[in-house]
Amino acid sequence: MDFAVIAANFKFLIVQGFLGVGAFAGGTLRLAVPAIVLGFALGIVVGLARLARAPWIRVPATLYVEFFRGVPLVMVIFWMWFVIPQLLRLPIPEYGVALTAFVIFEAAYFGEIVRAGVQSVARGQVEAATAVGLTQTQTMRYVVLPQALRNMAPSLVTQMIVLFKDTSLASIIGYVDLTKAAQIVNNREIKPFELYLFIAVVYWICTYSMSSVARRLERRAA
Amino acid sequence: MNYRFNWSVLWSGQSGHWLLQGLLTTLEISALAWVLAVFLGILSGALRTAPFRPLRALATFYVEFFRNVPLLVWMFFWYFGVPPLLPRGVQDWLFGHGLEFWAAMVALGVYHGARFSEVIRSGIQSIPRTQFEASMAMGLTTFQAYRLVILPIAIRLIVPPATNESLNLLKNSSVALTISVAELTFQTRQIETYTAKAIEALTAGTLIYLVLCVSIATVMTRLERRFAIPGMIARVGAG
Repeated sequence: MDFAVIAANFKFLIVQGFLGVGAFAGGTLRLAVPAIVLGFALGIVVGLARLARAPWIRVPATLYVEFFRGVPLVMVIFWMWFVIPQLLRLPIPEYGVALTAFVIFEAAYFGEIVRAGVQSVARGQVEAATAVGLTQTQTMRYVVLPQALRNMAPSLVTQMIVLFKDTSLASIIGYVDLTKAAQIVNNREIKPFELYLFIAVVYWICTYSMSSVARRLERRAA
Repeated sequence: MNYRFNWSVLWSGQSGHWLLQGLLTTLEISALAWVLAVFLGILSGALRTAPFRPLRALATFYVEFFRNVPLLVWMFFWYFGVPPLLPRGVQDWLFGHGLEFWAAMVALGVYHGARFSEVIRSGIQSIPRTQFEASMAMGLTTFQAYRLVILPIAIRLIVPPATNESLNLLKNSSVALTISVAELTFQTRQIETYTAKAIEALTAGTLIYLVLCVSIATVMTRLERRFAIPGMIARVGAG
């Protein structure tokens, strides 16, 4: 076992692969942060659409969720990889392809969390808001969503952890994230045990700190 | 979009054969990994309640470390990282018997074992302690209380999230293509490489996954309804 390989390539692995600052257009964080923000934003739309009364909004949203929850993420990434350049008729960098795939895929999961969160708000709250004279949009914005957000916080963080781990799959279309960076170093140094164990620990530190936040939120919600 | 569809690539040539082979490999690897995952999940779940501290710490470490690291990293770890550390004889045997298949199976099983452990633990924790106390008060022995009261409730509580997790395992088996296991996604890519018909190939693969997942989910929902205790357990969301 020879962990000197980590020290020698530390800068490439962390600065380039993990943070995404450097010569390659890569980085785990540079992909994960926008994917989480945009995926959640689209997830709110999908989740609310699933609760809509009008069937022409509700049914497509339900199909969207059921479709993406029944298909592996790897498949969705390949779809985007082949289909986006065909549609736009121009080459798209791996970053754009990966980000689109994650946002579209994870929005289905975020949507389910949002739906469950909204449904967890007591019905009397909506009735009271209507009685006070708020419009439907106002009720959603000022009464339902703030409470729903608090209820869904723990599962939201869990899903963010899942998404964070999933960004490693961007490496299969050549995006230089932490996993790809380790692969590149390994091709040169042939130290797979040390390298993959090291990036496992880096991923673990991130996800574990996220899950301690989730646990604190859960305790506060309880 | 100036794409020329040619759906016949899916049934002419070798495509059909590849898809079938891919589907079989996916099912095979998922089934084996599922058995390993359930075994590890129950074992680590039990060890986390053990009265001996190092055992508890070991089980907690296993669950927290393995489920919080991407599956892809585990695939590379088990495929590239572990075999060189094994004894010569074992290595030779593995290289002759489809190393990538076994590495992917272990990666999937160990990763999902940690996740199953959490599913089982939260299921057991959600049974009120009073159920057990009430059984004792009724004069049941501990064994009877488990067999007649706790387990029938626990299994009904655990089955829905465990089904979800099993479907995740099935879908995650697609990650095995990164270490060139010839499962369904791998074969879909192969058809694309040979015929240059990406949309047709991806549609075929996607539909197979979709049909698999939706039919398993439907069967399990039926079973849950069939065996639900009226008024006892409300089905908690589909997520």
